[in-house]
Amino acid sequence: MLALGIEGSANKIAVGVVRDDGTILSNPRKTYITPAGTGFLPRETALHHQDCPAFARDHFFEQILPLVHEALKEAGISPKELDCLCYTKGPGMGGPLVVGAVVTRMLSQLWHKPIVGVNHCVAHIEMGRVVTGAVDPVVLYVSGGNTQVIAFSEGRYRIFGETIDIAVGNCLDRFARELELSNDPAPGYNIEQLAKKGSKRAALLSRHFSGILSHAETAVREMLAKEECTPADLCYSFQETIFAMLVEITERAMAHCGSRDVLIVGGVGCNLRLQVGVLGAGPAVLLLCCNLRLQVGVLGAGPAVLLLCCNLCLQVGVLGAGPAVLLLCCNLRLQVGVLGAGPALLLLCCNLRLQRVARVCGLARVHPVSTCENVFHARV
Amino acid sequence: MTEYDPLEALGAYDKLVAQGAEGRVFEVLYLKKPTIVKQRFKKKYRHPELDAKLTKQRFTSEARSLLKARKLGIHVPAIYFTDAQNFCIYMEKIQGQSVKAALFNGDLTPEKATTVATQIGKTVAKLHDGGLIHGDLTTSNMMLKEGSGELALIDFGLSFNSILTEDKGVDLYVLERAFLSAHSASGNLFESVLDGYRKNSKNWSSVYNRFATVRARGRKRTMVG
Repeated sequence: MLALGIEGSANKIAVGVVRDDGTILSNPRKTYITPAGTGFLPRETALHHQDCPAFARDHFFEQILPLVHEALKEAGISPKELDCLCYTKGPGMGGPLVVGAVVTRMLSQLWHKPIVGVNHCVAHIEMGRVVTGAVDPVVLYVSGGNTQVIAFSEGRYRIFGETIDIAVGNCLDRFARELELSNDPAPGYNIEQLAKKGSKRAALLSRHFSGILSHAETAVREMLAKEECTPADLCYSFQETIFAMLVEITERAMAHCGSRDVLIVGGVGCNLRLQVGVLGAGPAVLLLCCNLRLQVGVLGAGPAVLLLCCNLCLQVGVLGAGPAVLLLCCNLRLQVGVLGAGPALLLLCCNLRLQRVARVCGLARVHPVSTCENVFHARV
Repeated sequence: MTEYDPLEALGAYDKLVAQGAEGRVFEVLYLKKPTIVKQRFKKKYRHPELDAKLTKQRFTSEARSLLKARKLGIHVPAIYFTDAQNFCIYMEKIQGQSVKAALFNGDLTPEKATTVATQIGKTVAKLHDGGLIHGDLTTSNMMLKEGSGELALIDFGLSFNSILTEDKGVDLYVLERAFLSAHSASGNLFESVLDGYRKNSKNWSSVYNRFATVRARGRKRTMVG
């Protein structure tokens, strides 16, 4: 079965073509990136997503219809072959969500295909489960709009803990705005990079994300004016404080449910500092992340680590750190030499060039993404 | 010279009962009494400075809160000894099973479960009226004493003093979430909890009003989609 899905709950608009076994045939996306110091508002974001000539003429923005064409072309299929159309039904920003919904309905009328509305949160979790093979993990769902600890209990996904003020991603975004960090590719990513240069920990202890945020915002103005600390120090302190909270609450949920597996989903899950924190909390960790930049030594932290990453920039030597590592990557930019480093390494990638390089290196265990299932059998 | 480790001397490391989120729990014989030792260890995922501060703060407040709860007439473990160097609290072992276990095992008849829920409400009301907030009210932190069947509260690691209705409301909200997420099959037990609270609290109306606002504050309640 083939499905085409449209996601537009926030500042990203994406079209994906997926087979029912979890194989992703194509997944082109565009992000609405606003200038540093500003956020994205629902109206402008919706205009970016849709085919709005007035807006597009001025800004040369990409729009949703070309994305649909691109997705079909990349997947090499025609609309006739599709079995259903899916779209993000919610939760999310109203305006951008409507764009996805309207386009899906239009396509449904044109192509005579049924529509399936998808809950964004559940989609995040299920996607993670399909690709990692995790059976019953505790889920830490951290993104711009959501911060929840979820587990499956008594027949339903249940929220064991959630922020009652603002989401962690929103907290990070607004902090980045205060420091006027770039929104490209994402504010959180730039905080992460800057935090690596920081060392001094400023006291940012509070119990709510919004409390920490207001405190940090004041601190930005005062401490920077007095030159008591650098923006890097503030980023560092900010991350240390909020991620400690997240890992702790996840750990509590794990203890409460008696679960040993964690699945991190959502945009903030890309943050390496958070991943390292979760790795420190328990063994048998499943990591699911996009745009992960690994540093040497990370993998040494826990045994039986399953890394699943898109757009992974690997550095030579990383893979040597942990045995029995299973890497599942799309669009992987590997440097020659990396592949020789690790024993029992299983690479699963859709990048043909990489597969060729690996074969030359004498590494037999490189599988194209379509043999996804075999890999999970191998793991079991 | 190796440092003297009181836990090792008691042979605690062979008797690990549980490793929770807060710390490790050992069961030893201390002064000939069955004793639970709760040890807070370093959390590697946290910044050392932040970790030291939080550990110390929670260790002290747990010991103080246990004492305070006892003075309020709530069944809590008696403290035998505190070791501020190793952040260990030695306390009485409460014989019995947790409410969570009791509900899952099906040991409780529906009537008995309702009685227990009412008892939970009564205990929490007493705690709140005394100006103490538990901070982590879940059914795994409540024990049913063997024999008497009385309800005892454990794990005061996140508790603090407060007379604000806001804090009491949040405390109740945490309990409600715990009930809904883990015991939804056991029927509407939380109603009985609130019932017990209402009958025993001096500040029912103000606490309940605030609890209602906290509840409404929960995000994405409707979960459209």
